[in-house]
Amino acid sequence: MSGTAMLLETRGLSKNYGAVVALRSGDLSVQAGEIHALMGANGAGKSTLVKVLTGDVAPNAGVILMEGREVRFNSPASAREGGLASVYQDVSLVPVLTIAQNLRLTGTSMTALRPWLEELELEDVDLTEYARDLPTPTLHLLDLAQALASLPRLLILDEVTATLPADLSERVFRVARRWRSEGRSVVLISHRMTEVKALCDRATVLRDGATVGVVDLESSGQEEIVSLMLGPEAAEVVVSEGSVSDREAASSAERRPAVEVRGLRSGLVKDVSFTLHTGEVLGIVALEGQGQADLFECLSGNRRPEAGEILVQGKSRRFRHPHDAIGAGLVLVPADRALALLRQRSVRENIALPMVNRVIRWGLINSRVEHRRVKAAIDRLEIDTRAQSRVMRLSGGNQQKVTIARWLATGFTTLLCFDPTRGIDIRTKEQIYKVLRELAAAGSPVLIFTSELPEIQLACDRALVMFGGRIVAELPAHDATEAALLRAAHGLGRSAAAAAETA
Amino acid sequence: MKVAAGKARAPQGPTFARFVRRNAWTLGTYALFLAVMGFTIAIHPDYGPYEVRSLVVGALPLAFCAVAQTCVVLGGGIDLSIGAMMAVANVLAAHYMLGRDFQTSVLIALLVLVGGTAAGGLNGVIALRTRVPDIVVTLAMSFVWGGVALLILPKPGGGAPDKFMELASGNIFTPWLPNGLILLIVIVAIIWIPVRFGRMGLALYAIGSDRTAAFRRGVRVGPTRVFSYALGGFFAACGGLALLMSTGIGSPLAGTIYTLSGVSAIVLGGVSLAGGKGGVTGPIVAAFVLTMVPADLILSGTDPNLGQVIQGCLIVLVVMAGGLAPLLRRRVARIQDEPVMSAG
Repeated sequence: MSGTAMLLETRGLSKNYGAVVALRSGDLSVQAGEIHALMGANGAGKSTLVKVLTGDVAPNAGVILMEGREVRFNSPASAREGGLASVYQDVSLVPVLTIAQNLRLTGTSMTALRPWLEELELEDVDLTEYARDLPTPTLHLLDLAQALASLPRLLILDEVTATLPADLSERVFRVARRWRSEGRSVVLISHRMTEVKALCDRATVLRDGATVGVVDLESSGQEEIVSLMLGPEAAEVVVSEGSVSDREAASSAERRPAVEVRGLRSGLVKDVSFTLHTGEVLGIVALEGQGQADLFECLSGNRRPEAGEILVQGKSRRFRHPHDAIGAGLVLVPADRALALLRQRSVRENIALPMVNRVIRWGLINSRVEHRRVKAAIDRLEIDTRAQSRVMRLSGGNQQKVTIARWLATGFTTLLCFDPTRGIDIRTKEQIYKVLRELAAAGSPVLIFTSELPEIQLACDRALVMFGGRIVAELPAHDATEAALLRAAHGLGRSAAAAAETA
Repeated sequence: MKVAAGKARAPQGPTFARFVRRNAWTLGTYALFLAVMGFTIAIHPDYGPYEVRSLVVGALPLAFCAVAQTCVVLGGGIDLSIGAMMAVANVLAAHYMLGRDFQTSVLIALLVLVGGTAAGGLNGVIALRTRVPDIVVTLAMSFVWGGVALLILPKPGGGAPDKFMELASGNIFTPWLPNGLILLIVIVAIIWIPVRFGRMGLALYAIGSDRTAAFRRGVRVGPTRVFSYALGGFFAACGGLALLMSTGIGSPLAGTIYTLSGVSAIVLGGVSLAGGKGGVTGPIVAAFVLTMVPADLILSGTDPNLGQVIQGCLIVLVVMAGGLAPLLRRRVARIQDEPVMSAG
């Protein structure tokens, strides 16, 4: 491929937000007809590089060359005209407008769009619906279809698959491959090593705002990328696959039921029963919209069950409010960090917030106790506190750590994690797994829903698969391979077929 | 909506249901209007053209003010200087129209409208350039314009030719249809309809709803914001002129109370203060409701001060009811879902 012309080349791009340097030296070269991965830990500058490329923000320095000519885009619209279209991490459809009106804003013609709607299997979407009334995965695909309709020479996919269920991600990959076969290029940003390995030709790795290497994915393995991403000093925290069996031997000793769910029904949850034992990490796997979100809402007191019961330590409990659930020791780490944290406030206040119920003496907050507990939680999770005055300035992974830290500081008996590692880099993921394992080892049960199937074997003792609001499969960790989980999650197992019949 | 036509497959029934669902609030405002109207006629048996005229003349300034605020709020901003701009438009017109003939007065009115548009646009430009929050900029500007109004006309005075006032209080077809109502409908239609159904309107709603998404979709956010303020300034000037038509004199302080009444009207009329949601008909109808309610209360012998309390409660109750509707709908939808699931 050495003879091919560079479609896009950037040199020394940098971007500061005030004193914070988001991008120091972003160098990226994309050939025509390749799928190029852009990788890096959270806060490495990937999203900033994309925003600079697409004209979302203006760079402080550096040049962008397209086919050898210097270009400067001052808005995403002008980038689109220049042949560079992006699908962002967050949906960029205006919620109060219908899909058709959104398309009119970009000036996308229906004839140009229709083949892409078909390609992405979106023919059935009613374009006169408001964007806010459609599910997020559909909106992501519509965003993609609209980007494709402008026939960009370079398509940028910024963590599009992070929020997509596996079956929809596959449609995105199909399009990416087609784009490559037509001699156009794709830049893919993803934390999922398997999809990068399967799809991409080369990868550019960013660390701390600078490009640290370009890797040919055909000849080199994921270890090389991981070590580039993590830097020399952090090489010791590499995925340890062999841990599953040790864990089982160690932790099967004494297990009592901590939380029992019996015949629970609420919203998309049709009939769910399971037992969560002390000292275990129980994983839940499901495709988008199979009732997992409603299940976690019931357990955390955000939603009231229509039928069935929840037993904590053998006693039936009714949660009318998250306060009740927290009182019973069930605490939630939601996927959306923005829901869990006070973004404008400091790390310390965020961690201390739920604690106020416990450290108040004579109506005042006991700040010495508060301070000590916060400090302990910060140290334990290795939270980067350089930007601690406002949580919104932290990277996604650090924000998630703050969410977990506040429950560590408060104290709890059962931790509920809903997709805790969504969009988080591999190093932070490792730390989160480690903390979850430690918590379980100390006796606290952990219930975790994850959209990343390899996590089950890394972090869990047991996995439950939900389909159509029911639990259709239970697998011990050593059987919970990605393939087995995927089959069950698509309702392909024996028990799943039975559930589909009764549904 | 031409693009959508190719994909319109939904049958008639759900489309109608969806229309009702999407416009529930506006329809609710109409229903509230009818209810208040019914009440008015009930306590006022000899309701006739005179009462209709005084209602229209009384509601006209507030209606324009509400439309002005709607334009700004839809774009995700707020303009606290609308009342003060109304006052400036009012005293300028009253000052220069005194003793002039009708043609000259109309010319002056047009100049005032241009000035209002510029003043509104200025608010937008300042908020955009200085990056000071619009609520602060327009609050400051409300003092500026309030002062300017007093400089032009330190105490109530000035005037307008009778024929100019006829534009609101007269009638050309039937006494039941005062000119003011026609004026309101024609002006709002001429300005608003092309905006609402054009690209500019889409851009306006888009920046009000999600500024980042709008920018990424190619909307020019800055110019659109300035446009929304300019539109607000235009309708504020209309309101100031309407005030002159209804009272016959210029008053430097009369306009200022309209800022908050206008906000009440748009809230009652279903415009979301968060931006991006609502239309102009709701606020206009709400302006009529807000004009009728105090009059009715006085007529039915209620203490005027208690009338204020009742008006405040009404706003909260209506907005609360509006928030309740989607909640109930979701519950109904859930109940309807159940049998489908067990049958499938």
